[in-house]
Order: sequence, then C-alpha cells, then structure tokens
Amino acid sequence: MTEDTTEGIDQHITPDLLRGLTSPRISRRRALQIGGLSALGMTLAACGIPGAQGSKLGLSAARAEIAKFWATHQKTGNLNFGNWPLYIDVGANKSDHPSLDLFTKETGIKVNYLEDIQANDTFFAKIQPQLAAQQSTGYDIIVITNGTYLDKLIELDYLTPLDQDRMSNFYQYSSTLVRDPSYDRGNVYTMAWQSGMTGIGYDPKRVGHKITSWNDLMDPALKGKIGMFADNEDLPTSALFAIGVNPETSTLPDWKKAADWLHKQQPLVRKYYDQTYIDALSKGDIWASMAYSGDIFQANLSGATLEFVIPKEGAGIWTDNMCIPQHASHPVDAMTYMDFVYQPKVAAILAEGINYITPVTDAQQYIQADAKAATGKDKQTLEYLATSPLIFPSAAEFSKLHRYRVLTKVEQIVWNNLFEPVYQS
Amino acid sequence: MTAAATSAPPGRRRRRLPRLGKATPYWLILPGWLWLAIFFVVPIAIMLSVSTMTGDIADGFKQTFHWRNYTDAWTAYHVQFVRSLAYGAIATLLCIVIGYPVAYWIAFRGGAHKSSLLFLVLLPFFVSFVIRTQSWNYILSDNGMIVSRLKDWGWVDQNFHILQRPVAVIGGLTYNFIPFMILPIYVSLERIDTSMLEASADLYANRAMAFLRVVFPLSIPGVFAGVLLTFVPVASDYVNASILGGSTGTTMIGNIIQTQYFTNLNYPTAAAISFILMAILLVGVFLYARLLGTEDVLEAAGN
Repeated sequence: MTEDTTEGIDQHITPDLLRGLTSPRISRRRALQIGGLSALGMTLAACGIPGAQGSKLGLSAARAEIAKFWATHQKTGNLNFGNWPLYIDVGANKSDHPSLDLFTKETGIKVNYLEDIQANDTFFAKIQPQLAAQQSTGYDIIVITNGTYLDKLIELDYLTPLDQDRMSNFYQYSSTLVRDPSYDRGNVYTMAWQSGMTGIGYDPKRVGHKITSWNDLMDPALKGKIGMFADNEDLPTSALFAIGVNPETSTLPDWKKAADWLHKQQPLVRKYYDQTYIDALSKGDIWASMAYSGDIFQANLSGATLEFVIPKEGAGIWTDNMCIPQHASHPVDAMTYMDFVYQPKVAAILAEGINYITPVTDAQQYIQADAKAATGKDKQTLEYLATSPLIFPSAAEFSKLHRYRVLTKVEQIVWNNLFEPVYQS
Repeated sequence: MTAAATSAPPGRRRRRLPRLGKATPYWLILPGWLWLAIFFVVPIAIMLSVSTMTGDIADGFKQTFHWRNYTDAWTAYHVQFVRSLAYGAIATLLCIVIGYPVAYWIAFRGGAHKSSLLFLVLLPFFVSFVIRTQSWNYILSDNGMIVSRLKDWGWVDQNFHILQRPVAVIGGLTYNFIPFMILPIYVSLERIDTSMLEASADLYANRAMAFLRVVFPLSIPGVFAGVLLTFVPVASDYVNASILGGSTGTTMIGNIIQTQYFTNLNYPTAAAISFILMAILLVGVFLYARLLGTEDVLEAAGN
C-alpha cells in the first residue's frame, strides 16, 4: 500500500476507495472458488471448500486492469436488468415501463427487464454459484440492498468496478444521501436505485393514539397486535434506536441491551414478519408494526389509512443499489442506463412510480410540474408525492436517519447469535 | 409342455441361460443403483463432509473434523428439534384420525364414484403448496370469515386469534399432508376381500368387532406407509411455520436450517443440523418398522 501511494495518487481519493481499487476485480486466475455445493465434487468437499478472496494487486495494476476492462468493452444495444417486483414505473398497460421506453428511444439499447429479485439472501444464493464458477449470471444490472449481501458481493470480488468516466449525471445530480455512502466509499461498485426508511407503520383508528417512539411497541395494551421483522438487520437496528443508541456506532454492550429489549418485547409480538406484514397491517391482524416507508405510502394510495412515523429516537435508512455483476455481457450498456436514471426528469418518472426516496432531489421540481399539469385523482396523488416526507424527507428528518452497523466477520457471528434467537425461537 | 421343452435344441438353451443367470439382474438394476448413488449417496456424503468443516464463505471452509458442530447445533437448537418432532407426531396422528375414515368411506362406500372421490383428494395438488398455505392466512385472519364470526357470536373474546399459534401451524401441516395418509390407507382397505367381513359376521362378530379384528389389522400396512409419508416431511417442513406461525415459540428446525444456509451462509452448521434431523428420522423410522414388522412395511411399500 505504501509503495502504491507514493506513485502519485490523487490526494482526494479516500482510503476506502483506495482499498476498493486495490482488490483484484477482474482476476482471471481463480478457476475454482467458493462454491455452490452443486459445483463441487466429492473429493473437493472432503478437503474443503476454497475461499473466494484473491490476493491483492497493487493499486496501479488494479487501476490499469479496470481501465483496460472498460476500454475493451463496447455498447452492444442490449441490457439485462434484474430488479425487485413492483420497483419501477408502469404505464397504462401494466407491462409497459415508460422510463425504459424512453431509455431505448434515447440510446437505442433494448432492455430485458426481469423482476427476479425477491430477497437479497435468496438472490445471492441463486447467483453465487455462477459467479464462483466465473460465469455470467445473465444479468448486467442487479439491485441489492446495502448490508450483509452487498458487503459479501464486494468482499468476494463479484462486482465489476464502475467506469467513473461514465457517471456524469450521477456526480451532477445525486443527493448527498447516496453519494460516497459508508458501504461503498467513492461509489466504486454501486449507484443507488432508491432508498427507504424502516420506521413504524400503524393504523391510527385501531391504536387510538399517536405513536411517536419505538418504545410504543413495548406497550402492553397492544399485546398480540404488534408486528416486527424477521431479519437480522432491520430488527436489531430498530431495537438499537429503541434503547437510544445510534446503530452505526453501536458496540457489543449496546447489542446485548438491544437483544434484551427485544426479548422483553417477545410476548407482545404477534409475529416476526417478512414482506407480508403490510397485508396483516391492512387487514387489521396487527395494529402497529415495523414498516418500510414506501409500503405504507403505496398501501395508502390503494385505500388504506395507515400512518408512517420516524420515531423520535431515529429510524433506519437503507439504499437499494444498482451494480454490475462480474462477467456481465453488456457492461457498457449497464453503465449507460445507471447514469441515465440520474437525470432529474427520469428520476421523477421513477419516483412517481415507486414512491420510495429518490436519489435525485431535483426530481421534486419535475413532480410538482407534473402535478400542475395533471387533473383529478392523478393530480392529488402527485401533489401528495411531491410534498410527502416519505419521498422527500426534510433535513430535520434526515438527521434522525442512520444506516446499518457495518460488521466484521467475527462481529457478524456474535450479532447473529444475539438477534436470530429473537425471531426464531 | 415338458416334452416340448426337452425337445428344444439343447445347445441354444445352454448358451443363453448362464448369461441370464448371473450378471443380467445386476445390469438391469444398474440404473436404479446409479440413481441412488448420484442423487442420494453423493449428496449425503458431501453433506456429511461439510458438516465437520470450519471457516466462512470468504476464506473458504476447511475440513477440520470439527465434530463440535454437531454438539453446538444440538445445544443451540434442541428446542426446535423437539418441537418439530412433536408437531410432526401430532399432525401425523391427526392425519390418521381424519384420513382413516375418509379412506374407509371411499373404499367401502365410494361405489361407482371411487375414482372421482380420489381425484378430489388429489385436487389440491393442482395448486401450489405455498399458495394453498397462504390462503389459510386469509381464511383464518383475525377479521376473516371464521374468526370474526366467532367473535360476533360471542364465543371467543375480542383478542382471540388462531394464526401465529401452534394450532395454526399444526393445522396447516395436517391439511397439507393428509392426502399422503389417505391414499395408502385407501389402497390397503380397497384390497380387503369383502367376503372376510361376511365370514366374520357368520362367526357372530358385530360390526365394531369385525372392524377391530379384521379390517383394521389388514389396513395396518397402509397406515404404516401413510405415517412414513407424512411424518418425515412434516417434521422437516418450514413453509407452514413461516407462513402460519412466525411468532415466539413456533419455529421449526427447517426454518433454522434455512436461516443457517441462506442468512448466515454457515454451511457446516446447516449441514450438521440437517444430518441430526435425518439421523433422528431414520432411527425413528427403523424403530417404528421393527415395532410393526418389516414384512408388512415392504408389502406396503411394494403396493
């Protein structure tokens, strides 16, 4: 590292970026990596499953490899985009996506849009054997939430470093929330798709009073009517807020206290939910629950009267990120698309369709303009959108939002052992 | 016949017989053995090997014969193991209690409609397992058609709910696996010669006696096969526990295996848990087979 830094690196490169760049990203040497067990023979299994971390290249070598990679790839006119269901704008016909049509019109690149990602963990398990075998996953862009699985993808060299020269819109329009984020310093591998908050969603009619604090989810009056998440990121993070700790900087004693808080809450909790909590909340099986901001917004658009709060102790914020898996067939087309969505007018189209926090603050003006032009129910919806704190949180609200704790390997095990028994008892 | 057989050219017959005699059956069974080797022995061997490794996904897993993976897994998750077996036992018993009369009725009273009735038993399989389980979420929801009626009639208090209780999980398991109980019982009942019932009546057995002494013993192979077909998958199921359960104290061991594999990427522990579960189920099945007599079992399996 020291030798490399004396070679005349630009001073503004952060240490994380440096570290990111010095890992070998386009290594051709590893023929066999960690494997989906399916890829392994018996003999291999008998002696072990090899790890996936290659040796570190020097910085200049890594940079040269990256530059060479982008120099040798060209636009192909095709793009395979793997995303989550219901996570893009839809046209009059449900299978139309106006933003994608616009992209094809402007660039000539045809998009094969696939709603294949149901969860970070299962999707990781799906693409991992192919990546381990140095094969294409079939996707040029995938969308992964910051947290364990994005960290793993980066750590295991499964992502292609982005071409920083093809990110002009990103550097001009992206909001501070998603530029140079803690989980990917220098945006070496990722550009944000959308962000969201994990706070509390509740039905004011059933609860009967305002909910303002995570500790309202410890209210015995709500016994059996409280929903929590069955996951080891949002659930612990929320509990850390509840005990008054910023999760990003939390320590082991804090985690223990948070786990105690959750254990104490167990008898009141109806269920540790997956994505189905929103259904249970709308139907009235539960009255108050941990919730994603966009889900509550969308449920309300389709007739529910739920409320979303950022509790006074704070709430978690997460970002889903576009990234290019290794061995993608159309990386240049992927870069083109990823930068394309950072134009405010495109970001506005997406925000109107998705209802999460857009990475482009300037999109607000376009939504307001659209609201002026629209009539009837559309107008109402767009106005709600343009002013909603769930889409454009205020500065005061932003200050209460914090990201997940980035965990080391050893910490991760301690963390899992503390929090998994809460939702799997 | 004998004359014809002996008059056949002796040379030709002698040449064919030895080949048929020794090697042929083994060649014929080879596909079966290959199937077992590739899809059973190899995965099991790999799983056994992985279960004693240590490491993590980034650095790789190394074979260190770390048998403590087993004891650690048992210490951490014995509650879920015991719960899974208990849920399995209860659901299997319920399957017998509900499934036996159904099978009996179809076999002896089904008449011309037997095949349509059997088709009805199988009909749910035309819809995905997960969707069928999910639909119970709607039927049993707090404000759904059943629970809200019970509340209206004042039979239960306002906070009553069925979902997320063990009864919902066990109910879901019973519902999902009951066809596997009905079908083998039906097969064994259907083969009972009705003249046996007439004979027992001639010998002054009343209908209850005839059932207890004649019909039920003859149907035991079917019940045995049914128990195998339900108990094993029920005890290792994780779908019902995650859709209808999910509350404190309803986690089954299958959910733990899923978390260890997908969330923690801890393949050795996941493999060790799977192996413990498999061992428990195998031992249970063998003991059970001993208790009921293996011949009956083979007969039932042969059916």
